[in-house]
Amino acid sequence: MSEREIILGRIRDALKAQAPLPGSHDRAPVSATTSTPRQWLPKVGESFDEQLALFARNAATLKVDLQMVSSIDQAHMTLAKMADTQKWKSVATHDGMLAGVAANWLSLPTINTTAGFDVNELETCDVGISECDALIAQTGSVMVTNRSAGGRALSVLPPHHVVLARREQLVADLPAAIELVKKKYANNYPSIISFITGPSRTGDIERILVLGAHGPKKLTIFCL
Amino acid sequence: MSAFATQFLKQARVMAADLRHRRIIRSALGNYEIARDKGNASFQDWQGARQLAAQTKWEAINHLDKYLEQFVAKIEARGTKVHWASTGDRAREIILQIVRDKKAHSIIKSKAMTAEEIHLNDTLEEAGLTVVENDLGEFIVQLRHEAPYHIVFPSMHLTRGEISRLFESELGSAPTNDPEELTMIARRVLREKYLTADIGITGANFAIAETGMVSITENEGNARLTAALPKTMITLMGIEKVLPRLDDLALFLPMLATMGTGQQLTCYNTLYGGPRQPGESDGPEEWHIVLLDNHRTELLADAEQRDALHCIRCGACLNVCPIFRNVGGHTYGTTYSGPIGSVITPHLRGLLDWKHLSNASSLCGACTETCPVKIDLHHHLLQNRRNAAKLKPSFFERLAYKMFGFIVNRPALWIIAKKFGRWGQPLQNLVKGSALDPAKAWTQTRDLPKLAQESFKDWWRNRK
Repeated sequence: MSEREIILGRIRDALKAQAPLPGSHDRAPVSATTSTPRQWLPKVGESFDEQLALFARNAATLKVDLQMVSSIDQAHMTLAKMADTQKWKSVATHDGMLAGVAANWLSLPTINTTAGFDVNELETCDVGISECDALIAQTGSVMVTNRSAGGRALSVLPPHHVVLARREQLVADLPAAIELVKKKYANNYPSIISFITGPSRTGDIERILVLGAHGPKKLTIFCL
Repeated sequence: MSAFATQFLKQARVMAADLRHRRIIRSALGNYEIARDKGNASFQDWQGARQLAAQTKWEAINHLDKYLEQFVAKIEARGTKVHWASTGDRAREIILQIVRDKKAHSIIKSKAMTAEEIHLNDTLEEAGLTVVENDLGEFIVQLRHEAPYHIVFPSMHLTRGEISRLFESELGSAPTNDPEELTMIARRVLREKYLTADIGITGANFAIAETGMVSITENEGNARLTAALPKTMITLMGIEKVLPRLDDLALFLPMLATMGTGQQLTCYNTLYGGPRQPGESDGPEEWHIVLLDNHRTELLADAEQRDALHCIRCGACLNVCPIFRNVGGHTYGTTYSGPIGSVITPHLRGLLDWKHLSNASSLCGACTETCPVKIDLHHHLLQNRRNAAKLKPSFFERLAYKMFGFIVNRPALWIIAKKFGRWGQPLQNLVKGSALDPAKAWTQTRDLPKLAQESFKDWWRNRK
C-alpha cells in the first residue's frame, strides 16, 4: 500500500465515529446555520470616500507612506523628489502601464524583472516599483500577484517597495479582494498571491516593533 | 511517574520561582493582550466569528479525506509534487532524498512547527547540510541550540542584552542595546544565505482545497524570500491544515493575526499555487509538498477530542494560560506547549508518558474561552486525565476515593470524619510540609484551606 493509501485509509477509518458539533459545550450555541465572514469582520463604510479614509487610517497605523496624488504628473514629481532626497542609485520595476512609465521618469539604472533578471543585481537596487491587484480598505493591505507586480522577489527583496495603484483599485474588505482574485484569474491563478499589510516587521526582540526584518523597511503606496 | 513527568516537575519548580523570567514574560504578554483585545473589539461580533471559524474547521476536519484529495489534485495539476508521509521518519527520508537529488549544500528555512515536531534540522545537519532558520526569533534560538520557547514568539524569553551577547559571540557583531540594530545584524547575515541557498523549506498555515493553494502567514518577509529565491522549495505541512474554500481565508487570516500577535492582519499573507509557471519571471523550478500524518490520524480517531485538529497554531491559549506563564515554554519538553500542547502531545507521543501535562492545569478554562476555533481545551485536559486513569489506574488514588465514597455515603461516619477534621487540622499545622504531613504534596508550597467550623447542615438547623 502506498503512503497515500495508508493515510487516506486511516482518515476514513477515523471518521467513522461522529464528532460533536462545534460549540456544543457552550451554554447557548450560536445558530448552526452557516454565516459568511463579512457579517463578523470589522466594519467598513458604505461609500467610497469612507473606504478611502479607512484605508488611509490603516496605512498610517501600519507606518505606510501613503501618497494621494491627483494626476500622473503629480505622481511623477513626487517620485522624482523621493528619488532625489533618498538618493536612489538604481531601481527595479516591471512591464506595466504605471510601473514601466514611472521607471522612465527617474532616469536611473533600472532592472526590469519581466523577462527574467539576476537576483544579485535586484538585491542591490534601492527600490522596487510595482503595480498591484487591489488595495483593501478594511486592513490597509495591498494585494499583489507575481503577474501584476513583477514576480515574486521584486516586492520583497529591495529595501523599499513602491506600489503604484489607481483609486478604483480600492476594494472594501478581504471577501471582496478574494472575489476579485477569483473573477480576474478564474482557473488560471498566478503562482503567488500576496496580501502585503505594511512594511516588513518583527517583534521577536522583547516584542518591540522593528521595521524591515527581511523584506522592505519602507512601503510607499501611490494612490492615483 | 514517567521520566518526562519527573523532568517537568523539577523544571516547573525552578521556573515558578524565577522572578526574572516572570517579569520578561509578563511584559511581553502585557503588550500582546492590549493589542489582542483591541483586535477582538474591531470585529462586528467576535463570538460569531469564532463560531463560523469552528464550523468551517469542523467541516474540513470531518471530511478530511475529501478535501485533502481535492487539494492534492488541484495543486499537482500546476506542477507541484506532493509526497505523503505517515510518520516523521518517512517525512525526514523524503526531504533528505529531495535534498540529495538536488545535490544541495545549503538550506534556508522559514519557521515551521511541523519541522520542529519531526526534528528535521537534526536530520539534515547529520547529513552534512547547513540549515539556517530565517525567522528572526527562530534564528536566535537556533544560534542558542535551543528549541523555540513559544510557537509564535520563539525568542520571547530572551532580553536584548542576551541577544546582543549571543550575536557578539556567534556572529562577531558589535554589542548593542537597540532591537533595531540587532534586527539589522540578522538581516545582513541572512541576506547572504538567501542568495546562496539551494533549497528553501517552509511550513504552511492553511491549504485551500478549492483552488489548490498553500497559505503562509508571516511578518518578516522571510517566507516570501524563501519561496522566491532558491531553485527548489519544500513545504512541510500537517494533513489537518486544509480549508475547503478560498473565501474561508477572509475570516481565518484576520483571526490568526488578531489572536497570534494582536495585528489586524499579519504583514505578509501569501498564497502559493505552484512552482514558477511558464511565462513567470522568477520563483522555484520545483516545489515539493510533504503531507505529514505523524499520529494526527490517531487524534482524528478520537471523536471526542477531534476538534484539537482545528488548531491554527495562533498561540493564544499559551498566552492566557497561568501554567504556561509560570513554568515557561521550555519546561513542557514538547514541540507544542501550553494548553494545546498538553492536549495533543499525549496523542502524538503517548498518553502515559505525557499525561502529567493534563494535570498541570488550573482548569480555569481561559484557553477554551480564548481559542478562536473553539477547541474545547480544558475539557480535553479532563478527558486525558480520565483516559490515563482508565489505562493505568493508580492503586492509592482508587483506594482513597473508595474510602471517601464509603464515608460520605454513611451520615454517621461523615459526622465523625468532619469532627476529626476540625480538631485535627490545627495539629496538621505542627507538621505542615514535613514528612509526617499526610497532605505534604500540597502543603509544601501552599496552605491547606481551613475547614468550616460549622457545616451547612448545622447552620441550617440552628438558624433562627
